[in-house]
Amino acid sequence: MQSLAELGYVLAAVLFIFGLKLMAHPRTAVRGNTLGVVAMLLAMTIAMLGQQHYVTITCGLVIGALVGTTFALRVQMTSMPQMVALFNAFGGAASILVAGAALDPSSTGDTAGMVAIAASGIIGAVTFCGSLVAFGKLQELNFFKKKLNFNGQQFVNFGLTATMVLLAALLVSKPELSWLYLLIVIAASMLGFGLVTPIGGADMPVVIALLNAYSGLAAAATGFVITNHVLIISGSLVGASGIILTKLMCKAMNRSLFNVLFGVMGGSGNAEDTEKIYATVRSTSADDVALMLETAQRVVFVPGYGMAVAQAQHAVRNLAKLLEERGILIEYAIHPVAGRMPGHMNVLLAEADVPYEQLIEMDRINPTMETVDVAIVIGANDVVNPVAKNDPESPIAGMPIIDVDKSRTVIVIKRSLSPGFAGIANPLFAAENTLMLFGDGQQAVLDIAVAIKEG
Amino acid sequence: MKAILGTIAWFLAPTIVLFLVGVQTLSVMAKSDRSQSVASSAADDTDANPADLKSPAESNGTSHPDQQISTGQVPNQTRQNTFLIASLTVFILAIFIGFEVITKVPPTLHTPLMSGSNAISGITIVGAIVVTSNADDWKLFLGMLAVILATINVVGGFLVTHRMLAMFKRK
Repeated sequence: MQSLAELGYVLAAVLFIFGLKLMAHPRTAVRGNTLGVVAMLLAMTIAMLGQQHYVTITCGLVIGALVGTTFALRVQMTSMPQMVALFNAFGGAASILVAGAALDPSSTGDTAGMVAIAASGIIGAVTFCGSLVAFGKLQELNFFKKKLNFNGQQFVNFGLTATMVLLAALLVSKPELSWLYLLIVIAASMLGFGLVTPIGGADMPVVIALLNAYSGLAAAATGFVITNHVLIISGSLVGASGIILTKLMCKAMNRSLFNVLFGVMGGSGNAEDTEKIYATVRSTSADDVALMLETAQRVVFVPGYGMAVAQAQHAVRNLAKLLEERGILIEYAIHPVAGRMPGHMNVLLAEADVPYEQLIEMDRINPTMETVDVAIVIGANDVVNPVAKNDPESPIAGMPIIDVDKSRTVIVIKRSLSPGFAGIANPLFAAENTLMLFGDGQQAVLDIAVAIKEG
Repeated sequence: MKAILGTIAWFLAPTIVLFLVGVQTLSVMAKSDRSQSVASSAADDTDANPADLKSPAESNGTSHPDQQISTGQVPNQTRQNTFLIASLTVFILAIFIGFEVITKVPPTLHTPLMSGSNAISGITIVGAIVVTSNADDWKLFLGMLAVILATINVVGGFLVTHRMLAMFKRK
């Protein structure tokens, strides 16, 4: 019976791996997700067999399922990063609680188990608190708008780490002092808070990915606590996924993880410089843009998070349809950090019915930017700033950008000339082939569409 | 990659050193404790000697063979060590599989990948069910809370992933 259950867990682990493998293509991804659900149900069923306290467990399952369903069905696609952060926090908290409940003061001789309990509590608490802070920042709660970090925060963090590790060592050698676990969790929570609060809004995609990795590692640590391999395997899969995404996000901003976590990104360039750069800015009107688009053969949209804030993605999709009907080739150039989490922009556009074949990633579209007749930048700024390539002194120097400046004409739809996250001026706006269309993103796109229909 | 590994190493190295130092100091302290109390049981012995069971790499340098003999619990410890080593092997191999499988996911699907893998990390629910089943009084409450939180993670994660993937599919 016992070994049958073990085999069932192995099957669940295999299904998880196949599920993730099917995520490699949009056509098979739904099936992959379903396999994940099957694997999870299998693992849960095995865990339920021959247990006590069925009523309590079932109550927990029902409450959790109701809350989870409500969250999942009501969340807006723009709020997906907050949602993932919140779920990460729940996963981390579950790890803390499981390890806490598994803590047995009379268990002696099981040092490995105690180490696992301490690790589970630490990783779980850092994930829990860090994710809650990330959630607060993404949700733009007032509490997190103030400057919460202070000089010497790194030293405090280091002190917390040291305290935490020493407490863990003490707990491992003396399991009867189970109240130490509470102190460890508190110290780890404070560390999670201290690590994430100083991180700026532009770096959120990295943080979300990293916390995702932590939530996986927390699950793996819990696997060591209850000596169950399916937790260890699934946890490491999630950990690997989080690490890969973290790495990609860092690369997309040309920053090291260390720099994101501990460095502060300073704005540069003073007002005078900005004025000089923007001296030759030319603005245009929706009618003129419509004329340009009608004679174009290949049009590329370069969306940024600003587009989603203005809720302009549906308007953009309608404009694109209009142009497609006229035989114009439409593509969307997606920068890896265009949204607030990895792949966020793709989801926002998919929600507006944009076919995924038209979503072209940066590395693939850049070599062909010369043949683009009109590039429409909407709600993006830093990711199209040529300063990243030209000025080694700039704070975004070396960051890969979408080379819109190479296309024949660039239209930038923007409310004003205000800077982006990085706080620096964008010479693209003043380039010879650039025209600014000032106004609200959604309204501007609607105006262009109307002008094309009338023209 | 290098940068990430570097950062991890920077964090891990002091952590491991501190931990080893802590465990060593404490086990020395515990030993002297025990020598004072004559009526110490065999179980106490194993408890006070944590370095033996840690990880394969660490136990090499810090084991105390004299104690293992004196406690008479060697078979039990060996079994635990075997499980630990097997688990660490599984853990490391699974990370490699994860790297192989997940590198193939296109950037278009990175958000669903993240919410989906987030749901998978809700596998902690198995742990929550197991500990709840073995718990009593206040620990039962902890266990139930863990079940609730893990279920939110699992159900919410899979459902929201399905919602997103359906948007990509319907073309």
